[in-house]
Amino acid sequence: MARTLITVPPTPKINTVIEIRALIQHPMETGFRPDGEGKLQPRNIIQRFECRFSSGGRSDLIFSAELFPAVSANPYIAFNFRATQSGTLSFLWTGDNGFTQAESVALVVV
Amino acid sequence: MRIALALMFLCLVTYTANSAAATEDLNTTGSNTTDKRKSGYDFMGASTQALQNDDSQNPAMLWVKDGEALWNREAGKDKKSCASCHGAAPKSMRGVAARYPALEEKSGRPISLQQRINLCQKNHQHAAPFAPETPEMLSIESYVGLQSRGLAITPSRDAKLAGFIQSGKARFEQRIGQLDLSCADCHDNYAGKKLGGATIPEAHPTAYPLYRLEWQSLGGVERRLRNCMSGVRAEPYAYGAPEFIELELYLAARAAGMKVETPGVRP
Amino acid sequence: MKMNPNLLNTNSARRRHILAAAVGVTGYVLVRPAFGAPATLDAAISEFARGTKVSSGRVKFEIAELIDNGNAVPITITVDSPMTDADHVVALAVFNEKNPQREVIKCRLSPLAGRAQLSTRIRLATSQKLTAIAEMNDGSFYASTVEVVVTLAACIEE
Repeated sequence: MARTLITVPPTPKINTVIEIRALIQHPMETGFRPDGEGKLQPRNIIQRFECRFSSGGRSDLIFSAELFPAVSANPYIAFNFRATQSGTLSFLWTGDNGFTQAESVALVVV
Repeated sequence: MRIALALMFLCLVTYTANSAAATEDLNTTGSNTTDKRKSGYDFMGASTQALQNDDSQNPAMLWVKDGEALWNREAGKDKKSCASCHGAAPKSMRGVAARYPALEEKSGRPISLQQRINLCQKNHQHAAPFAPETPEMLSIESYVGLQSRGLAITPSRDAKLAGFIQSGKARFEQRIGQLDLSCADCHDNYAGKKLGGATIPEAHPTAYPLYRLEWQSLGGVERRLRNCMSGVRAEPYAYGAPEFIELELYLAARAAGMKVETPGVRP
Repeated sequence: MKMNPNLLNTNSARRRHILAAAVGVTGYVLVRPAFGAPATLDAAISEFARGTKVSSGRVKFEIAELIDNGNAVPITITVDSPMTDADHVVALAVFNEKNPQREVIKCRLSPLAGRAQLSTRIRLATSQKLTAIAEMNDGSFYASTVEVVVTLAACIEE
């Protein structure tokens, strides 16, 4: 289980556009780096990040990203979402070596 | 009491006589407009500074979150956590990291915060101590360090440490390695100037443990000092070596009054 | 050869096919990882745009001009778009010029976003150009290219 840090405004006003920030601990080993003996260290990256918003039985994919080795270690992604109603934000990271991590955060719209 | 304090600070100031900007009017809070010393923060680009400014963007906060979990985790045969004795860290650990390295009474020697945590683990938790520079050690150290953020570096004024500070100062000024350079050569004499494309900072340990972009990870002051020693092609000391502790003690004295920034970000 | 831009998965068979096509076009095989297809920044941009003309404007690429360390370079891409059902950004991608692989990140957005903005941190192997490109729902493409200088850290592990 990788450590994550997700930042969502606590009580945004209805219909405002909020910024969602997602940070996860992961080496994002590029596959281009040699080790001390000159041997290439195998690639180990997060390949995909998704954020869904669910409310009242409906779930929408609000943002997705395909990550490549050029994304820094401990990847940080910030994107926007128009907060129209309260619900749940679900985050999913998947990657090499079967890596998968899911988190969810409540969105409370006032 | 205040006169004794002022005299003690004046003694510390004389130790920093070689530094680029010795303070003339060092007060205990460190917020002083005549203090010309600069943290490594001031030598970074604005976008790197922005990473340190914002806890939601600072990668070091991932380790701090782990550290908070470790603070509350029960360990050892008595199943005690740090919290069992120390309670909530924001209260009990406030100002602690700002005082380290500190005097360890039994041995009569200075010890680092990492070593202090190890002693707690061994003697009070009866648990296996975290090895230096391991993710667990850095996590707990950064969590404890965070509780001193914004406070002035306040090294111990115990007279028993004077000899160790002097020893650290001598080491700071000693030329070492194939490149035959001392810490002072770069960090006192050339601070603000360039080493290749990088700006040379003044070498104040204000932000450790910190997320060094070069490491792509959190690391402690000794990892950075080992990089310095590799930089001049000297054999680095081992983690926790007395040579390092004395050097850290001198660096803390030299940085006395500057604000703690832990957990920082540096290039 | 055309790629379906909706298939944002890492299909290695598709990539080998692209590499084979590249070999046919250029006549030699570059020493590239099997999963990195376009060789040049221009090729990556035109592949993403599926051959459509790419216009300038509307895309703002925020990045430091002088970079402390290429391991973690903060960037913010903002696209001037009302993000309505009728007029919105559907995809946003960043490509580089001189890393081992051209792609950096590819995102998909919807009108639910409210604002077309992405912030992240990327790796840059050396001083080079970077392009941020946005695909609109009407099939048009807009891009912005920046050029940055990357400095190396001093006193490192080895």
